[in-house]
Amino acid sequence: MTTSERSRSVLRFASPQYFYPLAGKLAPWFAALAVVLTLAGLWLGFFVAPTDATQGEVYRVIFIHVPAAWMSMFIYLVMAFWSAVGLVMNTRLSFVMSQALAPTGAIFCFLALWTGALWGKPTWGAYWVWDARLTSQLLLLFLYFGFIALTRAIEDPRRADRAGAIIALVGAVNVPIIYFSVNWWNTLHQGASVSLTKAPSMAATMLAGMLVMAIAAWMYTIAVVLWRVRPMILERERHTEWVGTVLEKELQAVAANKGGRA
Amino acid sequence: MLEAQDLACLKGDRLLFRDLAFRLQAGEMLRIAGPNGVGKTSLLRLVTGLALPEAGEVRWRGHCIRREREAFHGELLYLGHAPALNDLLSPLENLRFACAAGGDHVAEDDCVQALVRIGLENQLDLPARVLSQGQRRRVGLARLFLSARRPLWVLDEPFTALDVHAVADLAATLSAHCADGGCVMMTTHQDAPFARPPAVLDVGAFAC
Amino acid sequence: MLSTFLAVLRRDLLLAWRGRADVLVTLAFFVIVVCLFPFGVGAEPNQLRAIAPGVLWVAALLACLLSLHRLFAQDYADGTLEQLLLSREPAAVWVMAKVLAFWLSTGLPVIAVAPAMALLLDLEQGGLSVLVLSLTLGTPILTLLGAVGAALTLGLRGGGMLLALLVLPLFVPVLIFGAGAVEAEVSGSGALAHLLLLGGGLAGAVALAPWACAAALRISTE
Repeated sequence: MTTSERSRSVLRFASPQYFYPLAGKLAPWFAALAVVLTLAGLWLGFFVAPTDATQGEVYRVIFIHVPAAWMSMFIYLVMAFWSAVGLVMNTRLSFVMSQALAPTGAIFCFLALWTGALWGKPTWGAYWVWDARLTSQLLLLFLYFGFIALTRAIEDPRRADRAGAIIALVGAVNVPIIYFSVNWWNTLHQGASVSLTKAPSMAATMLAGMLVMAIAAWMYTIAVVLWRVRPMILERERHTEWVGTVLEKELQAVAANKGGRA
Repeated sequence: MLEAQDLACLKGDRLLFRDLAFRLQAGEMLRIAGPNGVGKTSLLRLVTGLALPEAGEVRWRGHCIRREREAFHGELLYLGHAPALNDLLSPLENLRFACAAGGDHVAEDDCVQALVRIGLENQLDLPARVLSQGQRRRVGLARLFLSARRPLWVLDEPFTALDVHAVADLAATLSAHCADGGCVMMTTHQDAPFARPPAVLDVGAFAC
Repeated sequence: MLSTFLAVLRRDLLLAWRGRADVLVTLAFFVIVVCLFPFGVGAEPNQLRAIAPGVLWVAALLACLLSLHRLFAQDYADGTLEQLLLSREPAAVWVMAKVLAFWLSTGLPVIAVAPAMALLLDLEQGGLSVLVLSLTLGTPILTLLGAVGAALTLGLRGGGMLLALLVLPLFVPVLIFGAGAVEAEVSGSGALAHLLLLGGGLAGAVALAPWACAAALRISTE
């Protein structure tokens, strides 16, 4: 490689190159925060929060269900945001971010559906009722699947990035429409019980538990995305010099570890 | 008129070429040379704006083609590897559509004349699927006669599948276009009897 | 601008006419899907009447989806799409023309036979006009949304299934309001609100989808 190319590639890939070690340093901290907050949230939810007058103990599933549902919707918006940034600014790291977010969003979506079904059985007497919010959640899961399938089906990474960004944006425009239409179609569900505008109808400890769990979900998402972004960056930038250096260093570290143990 | 600077082209995850630069003045003809797979067609697609360069930019009359897309495409004629023929339409219908879709208002008579001139007078109304390779190629080339107002011609292997006579005709047409102040950029593996030998750009010299 | 629009529209309609067997296949698919339901759920008239709006709408939606992958495939393969992208007109103009031609050749025939199929399911006479109206407002939205998906999946292996996965969730609101309109009319509560929402959706789709589709086509041909 010539010096001119080295300097140019350093300029061009400045952000991924610096982001890669930064992500590696930050991820463990977010992961630790996620663990601590999850334990705190579960403790609040399962031991501190009072038993619900009408639903008994089973309501406690909301400490997982509601944060997961929030997170799944929010991640889709963040994905769409990064997609828009990528299309407008033509920054590849943005596309990598949105693709790293998608599996986590889908997992939260699935978790929300699963816990929703478990909650539904004792409450409504069926695992699945075609309730508006569960149905929207299901459609959101399909949107995630579509995004993941499309980006995986296209072999050319640049086309995959940009095509995924378009479908994420189209989906984001449609999410409110889907939500509205499904609500219109069926308004069976109990009214929204957590909102910022009206006084919460639940005990303060319940709300606190849910918020702590929501923040834990945030921390988990950030940690996982940072970890997922790292190999994706390496794969995409594998022709550049800095990736070679990084890989060499990591190989040496592994060898040193082995030598030390022997 | 047309210039490119620091062009780099990425295909899949392979860098085909980088630091490629050229300049094409009015009246000049440029032949893109290089072995198969070096990125000749990719370069033409970058120049037309169909593909985005990994680095660098292409300028037409001093403006980046991405910013002045509509003006640039109004002055460009690109005949790609695929001849853009629909099998269910006749050569005449295909040619009329190609002109109209490009934004040119061309009378039917002119289209007929262009097809007759390129040697398809007996195939005007046959569906394109019964044409031979050479004849299909000619339908696309007939657009050259109707695009004198477009100064920049970018042609991908225009001589493929043509007989000797047609090659000489095409070479004369291209030379005449340049003599009128147009520019031509093309890939070809064939020697053709041009009025003036074209300048050569070897993509292989910029390969990675 | 108008001349490009008309040229593309005329050509695509001519192509649809020359390849009219494809149109007939779409129509036959619609008819057969509707006819399958009585075999599946039983031919009890009250039950059929109850599910008729949904069945007709789902069948129309699937018929629309079935042919979507053809929208750009031929032009992509033969290089016409490249030429269109090099047109000096904005791509949204000819995308709109292609979508309109496509809808005229696949959506309109389905709408034309839908009342006959509704009679087969014993839908009330009053619902027929609303059925036609809701399909007329709704199927163009399906085509516009589907065009974006078709553009994104151009030339991919297994593109047809992927296209279905991408666009079916987006079709749900149209299905809800379309079938809902017919149901509301039959049950006597009036279909106006549903139809207005469909009309609003159509306006939004016409305004946004051609641009998204044009961007998708540029990405897919790059």
